[in-house]
Amino acid sequence: MGEYTIAAIATAPGEAGIGIVRMSGEDSLEILDKIFKPTKKNSIKEYPSRRLTHGKIIDPKTEKVIDEVLVTYMKGPYTYTAEDVVEINCHGGIVSVKNILEIVLRQGALMAEKGEFTKRAFLNGRIDLSQAEAVMDVISAKTDKSFDVALGQLEGSLSTEVRKIRNDILEMMAHITVNIDFPDEDIEEITYKELEDFTNRILKQISSLLETAHTGKILKEGLNTVIIGKPNVGKSSLMNALLKESRAIVTDIPGTTRDIIEELISIKGIPLKIIDTAGIRDTEDIVEKIGVEKSKEFFNKADLIIFILNAAEGITKEDQEIIEKLHDKQTIILMNKTDLSMSITKAEVQALIPNKTILPISVVEGKGLDQLENTIVDMVYGGKVKQSEASFVTNVRHKRALENAKASIEDGLAAIQTGLALDFIEVDVKNCWEALGEITGESIGEDMLDAIFANFCLGK
Amino acid sequence: MERFVSGNYDVIVVGAGHAGCEAALAPARMGHSTLLLSINLDSIAMMPCNPSIGGTGKGHLVRELDALGGQMGLNTDKSFIQSRMLNTAKGPAVHSLRAQADKELYHREMKKTLEQEPNLDIKQAEVIEILVEENQVKGVVIKTGGIYYAKTVILATGTYLGGKIFIGGVNYTSGPNGLAASLELTESLEKIGLSLRRFKTGTPARVHRGTLNFDKMIEQPGDERIVPFSFMSSNLEKEQVPCWLTYTNNETHEIIKKNIHRSAMYGGEIEGTGPRYCPSIEDKVVRFSDKQRHQLFVEPEGLDTEEMYVQGMSTSLPEDVQVEFYRSIPGLENAKIMRPAYAIEYDCIDPLQLDLTLESKNIDGLFSAGQFNGSSGYEEAAAQGLIAGINAALKIQGREPFILDRSEAYIGVLIDDLVTKGTNEPYRMMTSRSEYRLVLRQDNADSRLTEKGYEIGLVKEDRYQRFLNKKEAITKEMERLKETKVTPKQVNDMFERMDISTLKSGASLYELLKRPQIKYEDLKEIDINRPLLDIEILDRCEVEIKYEGYISKQLRQIDQFKKLEIKKLDSTIDYSKIEGIRLEARQKLGEIKPLSVGQASRISGVSPADISVLLIYLEQQRRKRSEKSE
Repeated sequence: MGEYTIAAIATAPGEAGIGIVRMSGEDSLEILDKIFKPTKKNSIKEYPSRRLTHGKIIDPKTEKVIDEVLVTYMKGPYTYTAEDVVEINCHGGIVSVKNILEIVLRQGALMAEKGEFTKRAFLNGRIDLSQAEAVMDVISAKTDKSFDVALGQLEGSLSTEVRKIRNDILEMMAHITVNIDFPDEDIEEITYKELEDFTNRILKQISSLLETAHTGKILKEGLNTVIIGKPNVGKSSLMNALLKESRAIVTDIPGTTRDIIEELISIKGIPLKIIDTAGIRDTEDIVEKIGVEKSKEFFNKADLIIFILNAAEGITKEDQEIIEKLHDKQTIILMNKTDLSMSITKAEVQALIPNKTILPISVVEGKGLDQLENTIVDMVYGGKVKQSEASFVTNVRHKRALENAKASIEDGLAAIQTGLALDFIEVDVKNCWEALGEITGESIGEDMLDAIFANFCLGK
Repeated sequence: MERFVSGNYDVIVVGAGHAGCEAALAPARMGHSTLLLSINLDSIAMMPCNPSIGGTGKGHLVRELDALGGQMGLNTDKSFIQSRMLNTAKGPAVHSLRAQADKELYHREMKKTLEQEPNLDIKQAEVIEILVEENQVKGVVIKTGGIYYAKTVILATGTYLGGKIFIGGVNYTSGPNGLAASLELTESLEKIGLSLRRFKTGTPARVHRGTLNFDKMIEQPGDERIVPFSFMSSNLEKEQVPCWLTYTNNETHEIIKKNIHRSAMYGGEIEGTGPRYCPSIEDKVVRFSDKQRHQLFVEPEGLDTEEMYVQGMSTSLPEDVQVEFYRSIPGLENAKIMRPAYAIEYDCIDPLQLDLTLESKNIDGLFSAGQFNGSSGYEEAAAQGLIAGINAALKIQGREPFILDRSEAYIGVLIDDLVTKGTNEPYRMMTSRSEYRLVLRQDNADSRLTEKGYEIGLVKEDRYQRFLNKKEAITKEMERLKETKVTPKQVNDMFERMDISTLKSGASLYELLKRPQIKYEDLKEIDINRPLLDIEILDRCEVEIKYEGYISKQLRQIDQFKKLEIKKLDSTIDYSKIEGIRLEARQKLGEIKPLSVGQASRISGVSPADISVLLIYLEQQRRKRSEKSE
């Protein structure tokens, strides 16, 4: 412990005005130096320890500016972990912190395990035994149940994909191993052409999985949740209420929300990607029309729809149009503006659109939000909401593992192309397999032997 | 039965197979009075199955054993009749040496070596009881009533212990090859608390050379350049004899299928678990029914015998079926079987009961090695025998135990696998079991281990000096290759001829050798001052240079690995009391009592989170101790 540098996002995702990426370990300063350009001087190394320094995070690969930040380098041992610590304060929301974390990891920091900062703090003598016991609970405790379920669903399909790739690699490794360990057996030598085909296929699969991690500006994470409703019904207000932060512009003029706004939030541990749409209605405004088109697209792809009615106004023609499209969708219907006098009842809505959960709510007064959150959690638990996309990479850790796997298989491909011996090729292929295993939580071991003995006829 | 005291030794070894021989020689050579007991002295170092030593992974074990001062490599060099380096088309890490041995000569040479060892007594006797007092081994009792006291006892009982042979529907109590089985010892072992189980292995028939038609088979000659097993042997020249290859066919498979119900394996008489890598021919025919043919190698058992070993035809079918299916195989149509194939079942232990020193966790001073520990193969047995022997001696001397880790030797991988992960079938070494095989090559076994062997006291001066000389020669040549520079003018003609990209500026020979296409031999014409060096030195330099990139990648992995290996765990830790570690992991840790955090992390059922908690616990304990001492 303490031998490598760790990093993690120190602030809760999606809810704060600023986000902090924290590193701990002896390479912290070196890593920061590679990605940080101070405003006034050339290098962070020119500043003393513990000085809040303004500057920019620049991706060394693309040389693009990622964010404007304030950083602090704190030299050990008088830090939380008693190691060298770096804190990068960047803009809040998920985009900036994730990007910065990714860059930090690419420079060689390792993703911190759960409780690892605290663990280091303890091991380095910063906190006492009773505190450490609490840390042990954190590490050993089963992850928060709701978190497990949500993540399980999100990652289920990714794991399936990764397992498929690993099966392919396993087959290739079994071929190589059987050629190496049983040279006298009556088994055909795998050709370099076959190896190359195998490797290319694996590389392609890993690459396409990795691509899913880049879709859009935001890493795909969370259930695709679309908030829908006629203009000015309170969609943006709801989103902001959920976010507890003003992001979308809220006005009384219909059509203010011109673009699609996506936010990632965590509701009781379940990550939701909430999409606030421009109202679905015919419009001549070109800019807005784009928004409307996009709304429809997101609507069609959504895993969960939150449909907002204006309870004070009753059901309009526009609402009717939306309702017609909701029948085969997982939907929660919100009767908003219950703070005003209601002109329809829950039963009336129920009659119009049966078998949906209907909740009265007042976004302005903050009433009914808890119930909404509970309903979403219940729907996920009850298995009503399922991921619609085939598979995608949901977190930086997985992305990192996939990148390592890709780098290894590329090394392997290079080794094949230069005609290196089988045993060298196998080193790279095995590394690829192990990197992928970090996603599925499986490791090598008897698997390969089982594959060999199941597929090849060997013996004295 | 009347009992009487017959002797008193530092070390007693039970069984004189490949494990037993090494287990007896090591402590004797380290200065301890040692007694080797065998049911039959004519079966010392007997090879009851294939007449060969080495092969993939196994060859590595023999080289390592030799580098530490063991006997198997030297004995093979004295008695081989054909030698081959396998996998030469592949990288240097998986080059594996294998030699066909003259079985009789192998036995005779080993027996002679044992007989000539000053501190070693050899005696024909069947051990029927292990004496233990208060969990401390005291000695053994032999069938004729003699008691031998000892400070340590090493069990290497092989397939003799509770041995039972199966040939078709017939089965009977027997050791290997018709020798007497050891039937009384099992009860004594159970009484002292060992938990035993049954494993199974088998061997094919031996046929008479004169009844074979070699014109119908493909000749398999030995290598022209013979690489010895022992680092002490050089320039072995010998007339070699060939092996022969032929194939089964549809007719053979039909005969087997027709009679499958008569196989002991399929009839369900056998309860023991057999190895997957040595399936019987009936197993192969049934499981791989789409395969049109299976190969078989016909190998000489020795120079002074007509017996030939039929590799690939291990079976538990009855003898008449064996005769019948040989009739269908080209070259074997008239084969006369001299010894039929058989399967053999025997008693062994779950190796999780052992420490990394191969000493029993529960009985002080009781060690074990070989098939008794759940392994298979002469080489695996010998490697364990050596380690058990060394550790028995070190224990008596009160010195630190000798443990090789997974990054140091295949021997380390073998023992760590056995005692940490356990095994559900007779365990065989393969290069793929090693995580660090680019570093654990057979060519560098001496530089990995000879120094250690010297420190223990098993490697003697002659071997050590030889090793130091070689080491110096390698360093010198590496330096020379780095310092010798060539200009583009000197080499580009040659490079054009070889059709490889030419040099733009000067380079050292070392840099040139890094290119995959350029071999040490190719540079001869431009390397004017090349000294005359042993081929093994040249090979070593070339491998280390050419694969430097991959090797250093692996060395970095080893650095990571070592960090957890050096965190030691006290055997007195009560894992059941560590809150936060999952119950299953607590039980496993308590049962296996790993020596290091690294070993703990390899136990199946122990997760990375468990390891984190364990590390914190260790630190807590350390603090509590230091608080007390203040």
